Amino acid sequence: MSSVHVSPLSTYLTIFSALMVLSAITVGAAFVNLGNFNPIVAMLIAGIKATLVILYFMHVKFSSRLVKITVVLSLFFVAILFAETLMDYATKGWIAGGAIPLH
Amino acid sequence: MHGHAHDHDHAHHPGLQHHFTTMSQQREAVTLGMWVFLLTEVLFFGGLFVTYTLYRIWYYDAFALASKSIEILPGLVNTVVLIGSSLTMALSVRAAQTNKRKATVNWLLATIVLGSVFLGIKVYEYSLKFEHHHVPGATFDFFSHEEAAGGGEHEAAGASVHTMGRAELQRTTQLFFSLYFTMTGLHAIHMIVGIGILFIIAWQAHKGRFDEEYHAPVEMTGLYWHFVDIVWIFLFPLLYLVERH
Repeated sequence: MSSVHVSPLSTYLTIFSALMVLSAITVGAAFVNLGNFNPIVAMLIAGIKATLVILYFMHVKFSSRLVKITVVLSLFFVAILFAETLMDYATKGWIAGGAIPLH
Repeated sequence: MHGHAHDHDHAHHPGLQHHFTTMSQQREAVTLGMWVFLLTEVLFFGGLFVTYTLYRIWYYDAFALASKSIEILPGLVNTVVLIGSSLTMALSVRAAQTNKRKATVNWLLATIVLGSVFLGIKVYEYSLKFEHHHVPGATFDFFSHEEAAGGGEHEAAGASVHTMGRAELQRTTQLFFSLYFTMTGLHAIHMIVGIGILFIIAWQAHKGRFDEEYHAPVEMTGLYWHFVDIVWIFLFPLLYLVERH
């Protein structure tokens, strides 16, 4: 009757090892001058780590489609939060000295 | 009317709430509900990450300088400790799924220990900030520590590179530390709550409340704990590793 997916022990140990290696890489990469790519590399590695945790530790890989959609939806909402705020920030000075006093 | 309806009642698991038909239906509902809660948590922390992003773009030099004043080692150790606690949490859920009561309890206790180690190291880090006058407020003085250490090294490290003067750096590094304390503080509060929940779940597991059919409370606690781990995965490079090269 049980429909629970039980991951083998090796999966958890593999994911843990991968997370440790990626943590070491993120520290190492911070000491290399990559210019504007330093924060991008750091967030890319963090993103990969988060994805591994979500898929395997949080079992989303084996969850229903509805749960998967909910997870993606939370990322989509955060993307809107970032995009709208940064858009406002990036475009506020466009009409300097216009009718609306902008910094 | 109720004579026939009760015929199949003996097959019901004691963990099954009366408004659900099957255990898998209940598990699906619980999992979805937990993820909707985590969605609100993602947006809760998301607001802080947006704030961080804006100020980092605006006052990059201050963020680089302030981040450099934080020791990497305790943060890295905490990263290992917290990811380790995610592993023990996942193993506890696995033990519950396979009906191993003792292993479930022991892995939960291991998670509590690792979570407490994380908080202990965080207390040590916070105490350093107080010592160095890096806590926002009346006593904040970004340069006092460097100068007390006989340094003046920030001069060499940056005066020519930094576009901001000393007074501006005093104000803008304070912004960085405000975000540092808000983000790590909110994260730590989540961990304290998590440890409290872990104690309750460990007690219930010890009492034999869970088996291979019913272990959703262990699983949901796991989802919460892993979420807190993910927040730290992003906080570590953003706060400790801004410009180390």
